[in-house]
Amino acid sequence: MKRHRLIKNSWVGAVMAFLYAPIVVLIVYSFNSSKSRALWTGFTLDWYKKLFTNEVILSSLMNTLIIALISTVFATIIGTLAAIGINAMRKWTQALILNITYMPIINPEIVTGVSLMLLFVFVRDRMGVPLEMGFVTMILAHITFSIPYVILNVLPKLRQMDKNIYDAALDLGCNPAMAYIKVVIPEAMPGIISGALMAFTFSLDDFIISYFVSGPNFTTLPITIYAMTRKKVSPEINALSTLLFLIVLVALVAYNVVDSRRENNKEY
Amino acid sequence: MKISRSTAMPYIIWMIIFTVIPLILVTYFAFTDGNGTFTMANISEVKDYVAVIFRSIWLAFVATVICLIIAYPLAYVVSRASEKKQKTYLLLVMLPMWMNFLLRTYAWMTLLENTGIINRLLVMIGIGPFAMINTQGAVVLGMVYNYLPFMILPLYSNMTKIENRLIEAAQDLGAPSRKVFSEVVWPLSLPGVMTGITMVFVPAVSTFIISRMLGGGSNMMIGDLIELQFLGNAYNPNLGAAISLGLMIFILLCMSMLNQFNEEDKEGMII
Repeated sequence: MKRHRLIKNSWVGAVMAFLYAPIVVLIVYSFNSSKSRALWTGFTLDWYKKLFTNEVILSSLMNTLIIALISTVFATIIGTLAAIGINAMRKWTQALILNITYMPIINPEIVTGVSLMLLFVFVRDRMGVPLEMGFVTMILAHITFSIPYVILNVLPKLRQMDKNIYDAALDLGCNPAMAYIKVVIPEAMPGIISGALMAFTFSLDDFIISYFVSGPNFTTLPITIYAMTRKKVSPEINALSTLLFLIVLVALVAYNVVDSRRENNKEY
Repeated sequence: MKISRSTAMPYIIWMIIFTVIPLILVTYFAFTDGNGTFTMANISEVKDYVAVIFRSIWLAFVATVICLIIAYPLAYVVSRASEKKQKTYLLLVMLPMWMNFLLRTYAWMTLLENTGIINRLLVMIGIGPFAMINTQGAVVLGMVYNYLPFMILPLYSNMTKIENRLIEAAQDLGAPSRKVFSEVVWPLSLPGVMTGITMVFVPAVSTFIISRMLGGGSNMMIGDLIELQFLGNAYNPNLGAAISLGLMIFILLCMSMLNQFNEEDKEGMII
């Protein structure tokens, strides 16, 4: 039994080492005083200082956050309304719409990116609409790939809901719109929140689809990073990702601590 | 209930404009030439790239198998751990995904280079250096690294549903551990395996970043080929659309084949 446990632990340990090796490298090199990524020449905090004066990195970080926020808000509203509507539909219309909804999720991202690029180019060149690749096209693309995640998170919550609650609200004098706002939306809230969070993180991290619909005047962080990896990655990026990594780490750990506290409280 | 059904209207319009029409456009470009006249030339030109297509499928297949071999025991160990430990493990698996994948792949370049960290360590202990970067092995490594969590998470969420008493019952009835695995654990975990396979294979077969960063110029994949037709020097959106269409149909066929094994509700697919 002891040997069993040893094998288990070393397997988990090896996988974790594999997952974290490149991250450790990134973090260590964010403190390296040389610009080279091969040599270690001494400890420095310079890259962290330089990060806050690097216009390119800061503006693309800003762009990334703006795109993620706007697209999440739109995707959450459109997606939640869609889930409510889809839930009330007949079986076969529901199946048809859900199948099309799955498309951007099942499809390789590159195909979604290419198809949206073709759409925007088509609208611009053949229909004469002055649509420049950049902010607007990126927002539209991000909303498009985010909505399915919202729908797929909200729909199960609506299905689990007791239909009688809605009818009870109507009996108690709500009109249908009020019943939705007061009863259905709160019931679906956990799904709406997790859908919105998913949309937000996918938007922050998206590179492939953004790459096909971005223009030279508007870049997000992943696109800036990609452009750098083609030439030379400046160590400020290492510093930035170390900071972002720490923020996420703290947030996730805090969330888990709060969550387990809440569960402990429930037991009493 | 009339009101509620119409709330889906904004989405349906959005879906038609941004999902349906773009896919129709891909098909349209695939079957026309630069002037918009019908042609089969693009489709038949895809044949010239058979080597690239087979390389992509092969490398993605190898990466998927390796992911499964690494992830399966890990997911099982995690799913049998105490609830508190499960949370910690899960956190540890998801955390790396929060670092931009381009940067993580770039870090692998640092590790694998001829003068990189691994080779230097190897030289120090007297073996090597080995040529690791710009090989197919490096591309597979990059895929395994980036998509491993996509295999671990569906396997784990499936395995937590396998109850301990089923395993104990099999043991009590005298099944040796190999039998317990092949008759109880493996069949029950199949839906998770199928989801994991698709979640790794689909992005792996269509990647263009990993092959470019870790594979050098000589290990081109389908994704690189498509990217070159749209944003690269080889600018030819009609051929690019034809390859994309082929890739999409191939993926959809694979998915429907895998779904034959997987009778579970579709909603569980993503989570």
